[in-house]
Amino acid sequence: MTQVMTRRLVAVALAAGLVAAACSSTATQPQSGSGSPGGPGHASASGTFPVSVTAANGTVHVSKRPTAIVSLSPTATEMLYAIGAGAQVKAVDSNSNYPAQAPRTKLSYFSPNVEEIAAERPDLVVVSNDSSNGPTLTKRLAAFSIPVLELPAPANLAGVYAEFAQLGQATGHQQQASTEVSTIRDQIRKILAAVPHRSKPLTYYYELDQNYYSVTSDTFIGRLLRLLGMKSIADSAQGASAAGGYPQLSAEFIVKANPDYIILADTICCHQTALTVAGRPGWSGMAAVKSKHLILLNDDIASRWGPRVVDLLRAVLAAIRGGR
Amino acid sequence: MATSPAQAGNERVRDLADQASGGSQARLRRSSTGRGRRAVIGATAILVLAVIAGVSIGPVSVPLGVIADTLAAHLPWHPAVSVPPIDAAIIWQIRLPRVLLGALVGSMLAGGGAAYQGVFRNPLADPYLLGVAAGAGLGATAVIISGGGLGLLPVAAFGGGVAAVALTYSLGAGAGRRGEDAAPRGVAGTASILLAGIAVAALLTAAQTYLQQAHTQTLQSVYAWILGGLSNATWSQAWLIVPYVVISGLILLAHRRLLDVLRVGEAEAGALGVNVPRLRLIVVIAATLGVAAAVSVSGLIGFVGIIVPHLARLTAGASYRIVMPVSMIGGAAFLVLADIAARTVQPDTEVPIGVITAAIGAPFFLFVLRSRRARAETS
Repeated sequence: MTQVMTRRLVAVALAAGLVAAACSSTATQPQSGSGSPGGPGHASASGTFPVSVTAANGTVHVSKRPTAIVSLSPTATEMLYAIGAGAQVKAVDSNSNYPAQAPRTKLSYFSPNVEEIAAERPDLVVVSNDSSNGPTLTKRLAAFSIPVLELPAPANLAGVYAEFAQLGQATGHQQQASTEVSTIRDQIRKILAAVPHRSKPLTYYYELDQNYYSVTSDTFIGRLLRLLGMKSIADSAQGASAAGGYPQLSAEFIVKANPDYIILADTICCHQTALTVAGRPGWSGMAAVKSKHLILLNDDIASRWGPRVVDLLRAVLAAIRGGR
Repeated sequence: MATSPAQAGNERVRDLADQASGGSQARLRRSSTGRGRRAVIGATAILVLAVIAGVSIGPVSVPLGVIADTLAAHLPWHPAVSVPPIDAAIIWQIRLPRVLLGALVGSMLAGGGAAYQGVFRNPLADPYLLGVAAGAGLGATAVIISGGGLGLLPVAAFGGGVAAVALTYSLGAGAGRRGEDAAPRGVAGTASILLAGIAVAALLTAAQTYLQQAHTQTLQSVYAWILGGLSNATWSQAWLIVPYVVISGLILLAHRRLLDVLRVGEAEAGALGVNVPRLRLIVVIAATLGVAAAVSVSGLIGFVGIIVPHLARLTAGASYRIVMPVSMIGGAAFLVLADIAARTVQPDTEVPIGVITAAIGAPFFLFVLRSRRARAETS
């Protein structure tokens, strides 16, 4: 009995941590401003080594141009390929499923195994979350003289750009990183120009899983959608900010809020579709369900903050323009 | 059902049951049944109030008139009423099934807990003792990670829970039979079944944890299930478990007198003609079916199964004739009340119901325990 209780308490703690971690938390926005192109470090030009990069886990020293990068972050994997460092990537974690040519292994981003990572003989390891573990991996891999670059979930687009810059510095692709950032900026500018003007923001319910975990407008994803003139119904939920911007809403609250759009970011993990949503108790009467204002996102794109944020914005834009 | 003792034996059983419940004398018997009746009536009253409160209170405030109209609109020959469709959907499709499912699940968890405590003569027994939770968790995790349809989830959880208990029971009872020479039959059986339960639960939990960690992308769904809750309650879930609740409840109630006999000891009950292994098997099967059905729709909600039967004992005496019905009714009321807290403590968002059952249940239980002891010492 006590065993069951203990297990349950552990589960509570883990679930709480999970929500904070897996849903790209607002925590630890790194000293990202300092990572902007041409900013810190000793690297004045692309490809100068040794280099010191200021990242979320402190100053990271990379002694020579890395040629055996291990990425334990699906987002970082996408970024590495976007800035032309793909050829230097030796192994990526089991969840790094994009781009397809990334050398996927059984390495786990969730519970990294130092021995398995070291066995890849990497000269740079990129992770998305180490500081919250007190940076265990950074310290342990330091014993092998393997530098670890932490690129955590950012608070906003500026944070994304800063991470591109940090990754560019650390891999010797500073120039391509800044080109990629300007490309993304341009694409986003075009998307925003196409956003239909409205006097009142469109409201949305953003679904992380079918237990109604959602996001407020103050999260990374919420800020992206705010650019499109949209506002989360979770903003007015009590306790939403206490939940770090990722509250678990109640079904009653969602039905009563009756948002203009329902955005599903659980189409892959949890197989949610327009049909399953309409079949939920009490949901068939919601305006968004009746007018088919459902936006089905790819979970992976929706949970990463790499180059494909543009795709996410495009998908939402297409829906809100078509749905006029 | 469990035994067919001769008429005389039956009489002795009844006497012994009365003795066990603390009143072999007529006067005591009368006062104890009076107290029992009051406890049943009291628990029922609390349940009715809890259900009314459960339908009336929620994160969205719906006027009582609208609630009444919504309910009236579903009566046959109902008066013509018009209610806002959103409010009607909130009451009829979200709140009401949630309250009813909570009552069904609560009654099964508490009834199952009381049954396990009785049949294993162990106050620490809870309905998850023989591995229902671990088996159901493994079944649910397997469905979630394999991406199987969510319709399969309750089936897999139910099947996993029942299979785990069957495994525990066959291993434990078999071991007990082999150890027969060393210890009295019943005692060896009980201890080895409980130990087998611990081993099976550990094994299945290990398998479940392994699967879950090997598929981190579905961790959140798995945890959400394990934490349990009623937030996705539907009418179809409620209908799905009604047959199990009814059958399991009736069997447990029918055996409550034999559980009283068992309280004096397994050897003694055996000497009185009670077929202890058979009684144990029937009660375990009934309790397991009910608990597995509850777990399959609500996940793992802790604490209800252990705290409610003890509250029933503390307030209504130790006889299973009273403990069993009071646990079932009280468990229903307790879970409905806990769920009200789960959806209103932080309005608009949900608190895992297991947190509420423990956070409210534990202090309340300690309070009752202390005040009972204080009263016992002063009197």
